[in-house]
Amino acid sequence: MNAAQPVVEIRNLAKAYHRGGQTVPVLTDITLDIQRGEFTALMGPSGSGKSTLLNLIAGIDKPDDGVLRVGGLDITVLNEGELADWRSRSVGFIFQFYNLMPVLSAYENVELPLTLTNLTRAERRERVELTLSMVGLSDRMDHRPSELSGGQQQRVAIARAVITDPMLIVADEPTGDLDRQSAADILAMLQRLNAELSTTIIMVTHDAHAAKTARRLIYLEKGELLLEPPAA
Amino acid sequence: MHALKLIIRNTLRHKIRTGLTVFGLLIAVLAYGLLQTVVDAWYAGVDTASSTRLIARSSISLAFTLPVSYESRIRAIEGVNTVARSAWFGGIYKEPKNFFPQFAISTNYLDLYPEFVLPEAERQAWMRDRRGALVGRQLADQYGFKVGDTIPLRGSIYTGDWQFVVRGIFDGSDDTKITRHMLFHWTYLNEWLVQRPGRRANQVGVYILGIDAPDRAAEISRAVDKEFQNSVAETLTETEQAFQLSFVSMSNEIIAAIRIVSYVVILIILAVMANTMAMSARERTSEYATLKALGFGPGFIALLIFGESLAICVVGGGAGLWLTPYAAAGFKQAAGGIFPIFAVSQTTVIAQVLCALAVGVAAAIVPAVQASRVRIVEGLRAMG
Repeated sequence: MNAAQPVVEIRNLAKAYHRGGQTVPVLTDITLDIQRGEFTALMGPSGSGKSTLLNLIAGIDKPDDGVLRVGGLDITVLNEGELADWRSRSVGFIFQFYNLMPVLSAYENVELPLTLTNLTRAERRERVELTLSMVGLSDRMDHRPSELSGGQQQRVAIARAVITDPMLIVADEPTGDLDRQSAADILAMLQRLNAELSTTIIMVTHDAHAAKTARRLIYLEKGELLLEPPAA
Repeated sequence: MHALKLIIRNTLRHKIRTGLTVFGLLIAVLAYGLLQTVVDAWYAGVDTASSTRLIARSSISLAFTLPVSYESRIRAIEGVNTVARSAWFGGIYKEPKNFFPQFAISTNYLDLYPEFVLPEAERQAWMRDRRGALVGRQLADQYGFKVGDTIPLRGSIYTGDWQFVVRGIFDGSDDTKITRHMLFHWTYLNEWLVQRPGRRANQVGVYILGIDAPDRAAEISRAVDKEFQNSVAETLTETEQAFQLSFVSMSNEIIAAIRIVSYVVILIILAVMANTMAMSARERTSEYATLKALGFGPGFIALLIFGESLAICVVGGGAGLWLTPYAAAGFKQAAGGIFPIFAVSQTTVIAQVLCALAVGVAAAIVPAVQASRVRIVEGLRAMG
């Protein structure tokens, strides 16, 4: 993949859900490029298809039609095993409700994706400690999620997302479950990651304030991309 | 390593639920082991039967006797080297609940039972005393009988009060031999019958035949039965094992019921275990979806569920296994000598282990398949 090539290339992408014999279109004819190092916010009202688009880009859902290349690879042709392998190397996930393993400590949660690599235990330790210090949780390594605040849990989730140095980080409403101050901290952290490490971040949010931290805003409405932001 | 860590911590996540399931498994494995041991105990006599002994009895039923005159004719049959008499006495010691078998036997009876070890001096003392009795060690231990003691019995078949003097106590040659019975002189019983009206004298319950060649057992049995064909009292001759089995078969329905109960116990715990695993897996749907999103395959998810299920079964089953011999000892004592041999066999232990493992695997199949197939997008929406 050359440097000028977009990290995400989407052409005429379509996705519909089938419920009770009815077909409900969720995304229609989406064409979009996201460049390397971009911090993109996907905005839109509930049901606009923004989370579905994020899931497709992250390889946890499959489109019905269209082209979807991530890092130059057409991920729509990969089978489940290949997709799982690709995700472990290429995508970091940040979820609204953190989705940490409650029985593992902060350290172990961050280490989890690295257990799928060939790194030695010592190498893993070095990386995890560095990453946890980066998100300011060096002193909370042995704490379980239930012993951490929401903001701290989301910082652990961010550490887990970046630990494998993925080409893409997807964040689905990362501040949706946080108070104002914690949300601001998380957004600042994402901004810093993007600015200092040139990490490509795609964030779904319906919070206009959160969206402002992104460098690029993309609006979705009823499954279609809007060329202009909707009138307030 | 992470898998093992997750399995152990997930197992301990709901301590009460896991504890109750482990306890249920402990009880199930223990109950299964005890019930199987009861069945084994039932067959204990069959298992220790000798292949060099044949039993000749009335072909009509055990309740019918054979004439004593048959003895010399049986002894004349080729292949038979010893013939001993035995008759069921059916006396009551103090209370009907104090049941133990008593047999009136000929003096050569013990020659056919080398597994009953009796000091020669005691044997001679018994031979000299027509009212003398020999009691097995298990019986002597149960009622505290000693050499020289008088055992009063109230006859149920041979009505009247009987007094026997213990002249010897015989031991089993090993722990598997049942020595919970009493032997006394057939001649003593017969003398008593001769003095009474009726035709009950000079009769024998069964003849025990000693043979040299176990492989000729069928041939000799046929020869004996042929000898008395079309007589007033036809015989049915069979190996001692077949004879014992015919006794056990009288309680086949009870044994079948015990076996069924033991399997039902396992099925019940399987259902409980499957429910526990299904609940656990359902609660963790979003965690499994997260793991899959991070790149862990369906096999890893299945491993976590199978591992947790097996961990519970290993702990519960192991505890049940460990407790079984102690419970069996307690059961034997509580049963008051009904089961002289009540030992947990190796086969039962292996069956307990296999049952526990089978429950662990079977209980996890459906939850593991469902969890490993969960679509990530749907799984992430599920809240634990």
